[in-house]
Amino acid sequence: MNESYYLLLAALLFTIGGLGVLLRRNAILVFMSVELMLNSVNLTLVTFSRTTGTLDGQVMAFFVMVVAAAEVVVGLAIIMSIFRSRRSASVDDANLLKY
Amino acid sequence: MPLEITSPDLAYAPIAPLLIVFGAALVSVLVEAFVSARRRREVQIVVCALGLIGALVAVVLLAGTEELVFAKAIAVDGPTLFLQGTLAVLGLAGVLLLSERSLDSSGGAVVARAQVLPGSREDVALAEATEIQTEVYPLALFSLGGMMLFPASNNLILMFIALEVLSLPLYLMAGLARRRRLLSQEAAVKYFLLGAFASAFFLYGVALLYGYAGSVDLGDVLAATGRAQSNEGLLFVGLAMLVVGLLFKVGAVPFQAWTPDVYQGAPTPVTALMAACTKIAAFGALLRVLYVGFGRAEWDWRPMMWGIAILTMIVGAVLAVTQTDVKRMLAYSSVAHTGFILVGVIALNPDGLSGTLFYLLAYGFTTLASFAVVTLVRDSSGEATHLSQWAGLGRKSPLVAATFALLLAALAGIPLTSGFTAKFAVFTAGYEGGAVPLVIVGVIASAITAFFYARVVVLMFFSEAPPDGPTVSVPSAYTAGVIGVGLAVSLVLGIAPQPVLDLAADASRFVY
Repeated sequence: MNESYYLLLAALLFTIGGLGVLLRRNAILVFMSVELMLNSVNLTLVTFSRTTGTLDGQVMAFFVMVVAAAEVVVGLAIIMSIFRSRRSASVDDANLLKY
Repeated sequence: MPLEITSPDLAYAPIAPLLIVFGAALVSVLVEAFVSARRRREVQIVVCALGLIGALVAVVLLAGTEELVFAKAIAVDGPTLFLQGTLAVLGLAGVLLLSERSLDSSGGAVVARAQVLPGSREDVALAEATEIQTEVYPLALFSLGGMMLFPASNNLILMFIALEVLSLPLYLMAGLARRRRLLSQEAAVKYFLLGAFASAFFLYGVALLYGYAGSVDLGDVLAATGRAQSNEGLLFVGLAMLVVGLLFKVGAVPFQAWTPDVYQGAPTPVTALMAACTKIAAFGALLRVLYVGFGRAEWDWRPMMWGIAILTMIVGAVLAVTQTDVKRMLAYSSVAHTGFILVGVIALNPDGLSGTLFYLLAYGFTTLASFAVVTLVRDSSGEATHLSQWAGLGRKSPLVAATFALLLAALAGIPLTSGFTAKFAVFTAGYEGGAVPLVIVGVIASAITAFFYARVVVLMFFSEAPPDGPTVSVPSAYTAGVIGVGLAVSLVLGIAPQPVLDLAADASRFVY
């Protein structure tokens, strides 16, 4: 089995997530792209856990999942509050703060 | 090969400061649940004060400890204890600013019920009511606990956890302003999305370094950089992504875009806490990563950091000149200061380390007090932060204007203030570390920053006050005490800095 395919897939997912953050306009979709990036990290960690023959990577993947869950709670609360007060979750509409 | 997890030896005494702060945070959550709403605020202030003072006492008792605990995940050493002590004091000051009630007509800078729609009838009624909320106290304590763990982490995954523990409460606190709530919510969204983006980069860097070294322990990463057969590509990319995450938190160019928006939109006491404490914690982590994990790979990161430091100093200083809002101006000045501190980080010698530690302490006190002064100048809609409204403040309230002028002098680095000593310390270290061009750029950027600080002073003392200008509110002992202590530290560290410089020099050794 060739582990580098998994690493390439993870890198691809990370890039897609990164592009999603930069190109998507809806805050929820931006946030989903961030979650995609975190999951690509999990794939990388588990793959490296196999190549290096250590368990650390698998344990770390659990930590990442827990933190991602906590981030969802905080993030959705913030996005909800701005959506309720503006009737829009577009990051382009949030433009009061500038220069 | 069977994979096994060996259980580590746990030594609780060296991490007492962390345990005390997190313990206080948990007690603070329980207070929210069980203490009656009328008495909650007083109890919360006592819990916060006891927790943070207890942490400071623990730091003092631990002074001189140098060991790795919890399976080498937490390093208790000089820089850790120095920064934890600083964070405890500044955190307490930030909590006292949050507790101020006599400035706003309805009491407190934090919205009473965050779920109420801005602009709704309920919101208008709430603006007149004297209701307060106390959930910010546990949030602040958890955030401070994360900040104190951040520079102590010797393990990259623990560093990531600490990063999130310190960031998540701050994202929420940024959105809780009582006045100008739309701005505040917008600041929270921007901070959250960009912060989550940056921590994803940090995490991918951690994963790549794990692949490189087979471990995320900074000592193992250091050992791996010495081996010849390792995969250098993983090291380069992993290090770059890790540093991107950290540079975002310290607000270095080109990752500074969030700084002015969040500093302006967040409630000013939260901005004060964030500006002082987050920067200290993030620089502590950056120092440990670069000095311990990549001390031997310096040729891989120093050229990149040179460019970032130069950009940060120039961009921060130049953009600060064009600002018309006091909070935004202070935000860009914090970006410029990030650049100055980076000069000390890049020096990569003991002087650089002690200079950086001293700079963080001095800058923390000065910037916290400056934002505290900003909370005093108010008009009917809340804080008056537009620079034109500050015209003629020197005649209206000579005391406040003079205090602000002295704090700006400390930020500019005028001799006999802490800013001068701090800049001298990092620039000398940078010069000795061979970063002469950086020091030259630093001095030029300092001159530019001095220009716009001087512009504010001239505006306050030598121009006519507008007829409908803001008033200067009289604060309670909390804010007054914080401003007094911040000013005193800014002056004492300029006139007699030697004891604290010695303390920073004694503390400037990492254990790994």
